[in-house]
Amino acid sequence: MRDVTKSLEGVGSSVLRLEDDRYLRGRGRFIADIRLPGMLDVAFVRSPLAHARIRSVGKPPAHESAIFVMADLKGVQGIKADSGLPGFRSSVQPVLAWEKVRHVGEPLAACVAASRAEAEDIAEMVSLDLDELPAVSEMTRARDPGAPLVHEDWPENVFLETSVDTNFDAAVRDAAVVVKRTFRTARQSMAPMEGRGVVAYWDNSAEQLVVCTSTQMPHIVRNGLAECLGIDQGMIRVVAPDVGGGFGYKGILLSEEVCLAYLAMTLRLPMRWIEDRREHLTGNANCREHHYEITGYAAADGRLLAIDCDAIVDSGAYSAYPFSACLEAAQVASILPGPYQFPGYRCRTWSIASNKPPILPFRGVARTGVCFALEVLLDSIARELNLPPETIRRQNLVRPEQMPFVNITKKIFDSGDYVECLDRAVASIDLPAIRARQAAGEADGRKIGVGFAIFCEQGAHGTSVYSGWGIPMVPGFEQATARLTPDGGLELRVGVQSHGQSLETTLAQIANEVLGVAPRRVKVVHGDTALTPYSTGTWGSRCAVMAGGAVAAACDVLAGRIRKIAGHLLQADPDSVVLADGMARAAAGEISIRDIGTIWYRRPQDLPADVDPAGLEVTQGYKTQRDTGTFSYACHAAVVAVDPELGSVEILDYKIVEDGGVLINPMVVDGQIYGGAAQGIGTALYEEMRYDESGQPMAATFADYHLPGACEIPAFAVEHMEFPSPISRFGQKGIGEGGAIGPPAAIANAVNDALAFLGVEVDTLPITPGRLLAKFAQAREKSEQAA
Amino acid sequence: MKPVRFEYAAAASSAAASALLAQVADDAKPIAGGQSLGPMLNLRLARPSALVDVSRASDMRTARDEGDAIFYGGAVTHAEIEDGDVPDATPGWLAAVARRIAYRAVRNRGTIAGSLVHADPAADWVNVLTALGAHVVVARGSAVRTVALCDFFTGPFATVLAHDEVVAGVRVLKRRATARWSYWKFCLKAGDFAKASAAVLRDPERRETRILLGAIERPPVLLDDPLAILQGRRSLADVVTQAAPHLSDEARTLHIAALRRAIALATSDGKPGGGS
Repeated sequence: MRDVTKSLEGVGSSVLRLEDDRYLRGRGRFIADIRLPGMLDVAFVRSPLAHARIRSVGKPPAHESAIFVMADLKGVQGIKADSGLPGFRSSVQPVLAWEKVRHVGEPLAACVAASRAEAEDIAEMVSLDLDELPAVSEMTRARDPGAPLVHEDWPENVFLETSVDTNFDAAVRDAAVVVKRTFRTARQSMAPMEGRGVVAYWDNSAEQLVVCTSTQMPHIVRNGLAECLGIDQGMIRVVAPDVGGGFGYKGILLSEEVCLAYLAMTLRLPMRWIEDRREHLTGNANCREHHYEITGYAAADGRLLAIDCDAIVDSGAYSAYPFSACLEAAQVASILPGPYQFPGYRCRTWSIASNKPPILPFRGVARTGVCFALEVLLDSIARELNLPPETIRRQNLVRPEQMPFVNITKKIFDSGDYVECLDRAVASIDLPAIRARQAAGEADGRKIGVGFAIFCEQGAHGTSVYSGWGIPMVPGFEQATARLTPDGGLELRVGVQSHGQSLETTLAQIANEVLGVAPRRVKVVHGDTALTPYSTGTWGSRCAVMAGGAVAAACDVLAGRIRKIAGHLLQADPDSVVLADGMARAAAGEISIRDIGTIWYRRPQDLPADVDPAGLEVTQGYKTQRDTGTFSYACHAAVVAVDPELGSVEILDYKIVEDGGVLINPMVVDGQIYGGAAQGIGTALYEEMRYDESGQPMAATFADYHLPGACEIPAFAVEHMEFPSPISRFGQKGIGEGGAIGPPAAIANAVNDALAFLGVEVDTLPITPGRLLAKFAQAREKSEQAA
Repeated sequence: MKPVRFEYAAAASSAAASALLAQVADDAKPIAGGQSLGPMLNLRLARPSALVDVSRASDMRTARDEGDAIFYGGAVTHAEIEDGDVPDATPGWLAAVARRIAYRAVRNRGTIAGSLVHADPAADWVNVLTALGAHVVVARGSAVRTVALCDFFTGPFATVLAHDEVVAGVRVLKRRATARWSYWKFCLKAGDFAKASAAVLRDPERRETRILLGAIERPPVLLDDPLAILQGRRSLADVVTQAAPHLSDEARTLHIAALRRAIALATSDGKPGGGS
């Protein structure tokens, strides 16, 4: 229930970020800022080979006591993240590799010294006797007969194969056009500003192992640590200090975390490991690598009849904890239909085991690849049918009157108007003006193109969805604690992690909405298993909906207790008391929330006789009305100029129309979209970790792994639609990932539009000059053959 | 990603730096801004046992007018050239080049001689100063020799310098506004190393015409018979193939484009100079 009096700092207000003061002044405290007396640095000896049998790891005698291999980690279990899906093959990721190494950068030994430089000196002296094996470096050949096996006790390099067929044969019978395409997305490094890092120490007074780690999910890390170390959860406290970006890269239990935890616990010495950029790029490029063979069947008027797809995901060497090796491919099969409706669907997926780092879900998860494959295919079908791209989309989008809509993979789209979203993007980019400009041609000889991508994004999906995948982490109710302090401030305790999402601001706004306490008087406590309710953490665009809902639920209960006390003091019916602007108001008068805090804690003699003895501290749980998720959606529209001589692509204009439901803080939503879209541009045009035949990564620094910079990011214009979600507390929808989903599809479609005169299409990400030059050469060959 | 242990000594002058290099270790290296050497040290690709810091060597920190030329101390930074803190020997060409070297943070520390000595074939000064016919002034103890840049580079990341030689500075001939110049480079993104570059100089006063092909994984090439190229009497594809036969198809395509665009900039009817 929302208060009638609308606060200027509550839901819907662009409150400036409370956390920015410390971040912008460089006062954040990140893992590498933690200094403990006597702290030691750890450097890992990492595998130089992608696939090899380990004959020996030799410790130089002078440093034997400073070097630890798997045999030294007594009783430590490897990391296991099985899926409950039938046929899933289980892998065990050793904390330190033994018997075999399965990807370049896999840790083999931990070297401990007073400084990182000295630890690296020792690491250099460790001798490795490795017997190199042929590597699985190309997912499309991983199932070939005779391919080397990543896990030798498996019959083939497949974690999981899935297959779904809904009415396919019947649906394709009357197809007027069949368009088949092959698409590929590159393997990427997520590249948060802060890499991973761990500081572990034994707390003598608490008799606890304390693991400070740059993570999105402290409670899940504690689960995993307890399992691997074989100790009670009560003996472990996991702390996430300020975290400098996650994007999924920090949604994982690390072998480095387990290793440092064990060493700190057994040696009783504080130690740290700070991931450096070379480790990040060479050992942890772990997302996005998909291959699609996709066929669209359509009627002559552009109506989609069916989609058929074989999707391969390179899942890397091990199943990462907790999301598993098959989450990405499982998602592909369930979300491929996008925002469209059509009667027939067939999809097979393979989660391939390869000699590359274990795959992790990156912002957008499978959606970025899926949206690219489906939206580029759709433009190809449109070209085949001589239809404009906006027409074929309008023809197939779920219509507003069908909401809530259950799609062909049983996803329940909660609310919205996808057609209006498309129409507004077409208007925003000014399509007629672009078509006129294309007809006129460019003075500099470049070719202009426009492209659209429309998609929906499931967020905050819960138990029913994840229990189906059966991975080690299934979200249930989300809890929050709200505590009024004796001076009328509010403390919120949440188990999710804020690592760029602005939760310290937006959760305070939600508390303000319910309690009327000024956001500046709200302290959001997060990132500590000792202080916060259990949570699966921050992932899946879930925090605004789930943690926001939990905060509101806790504040609701607290509000009731405050009203009761205020009613007594004001001699009014508690139900008539309104909380706003830090005050409790009734017809008879008003009292400040600060006074109520003082009375509860320090002058209990003034309380009503029947006061709720539970006091002004509340932990409350929350689930959405249906746990199938909110569906935000967006249409991205890009205008590009392609240089036909250089193969370079410049983004001239970029518009986004997005529906995030009721926006808690529109400025924060804009920021999320800008940041995501910047990463999407990286996926579209720049980012690619290539591997050679032997599984060696081809980039070790940012000179070779190209991230877009400020100059490559256009000034996005974002328009909001606000169709409330019927299943969330305020109507908010998860939007954290959407920005990263649309750009590859929109930009590829724009490039294809620009190159339509050549009769070539891009099919591989990123769209680099080299790939475009190859397409130009292909077009020349074609025209020469024709002539 | 931390360097191996090394000794450190700061030099007060180029002569002192040279003496220190000779004295401290056979594998000692000079360091100025550290924008190339720093990452190589951290990656342990460079493992000198000693570094001689020339970033505060007094004769290397200033520029002076020598009448016909400007002498730039080797430790003058890209940012100082960009900002006009030192005189520009050309009608603004050097500042324009400096402005597009990497990122400002790199330009704040990176130096002109550091770039030349590192000898990355894709680096801006390696190509631009060669095209402009600049010379480096090399100190060895108290002795000094001068080397034309076209003779300075012996391969990718390799120069004629002996172990104890230091590039004290660069001498760049003055060019007037009657001269025409262009430098065109292709980068995947702003601030990145060039994948292809070309420069054109036409100086009627000095009767010089030079066309340079750069970023070819080797030292830059000054093309033969530049007038014929400018007058369109030679196919650019042939020119590039002849000058850099080792290039891949993709690189060749980009270099032909770079050459075409640099020529267009230098011969267009715009204002004298031009290019960037």
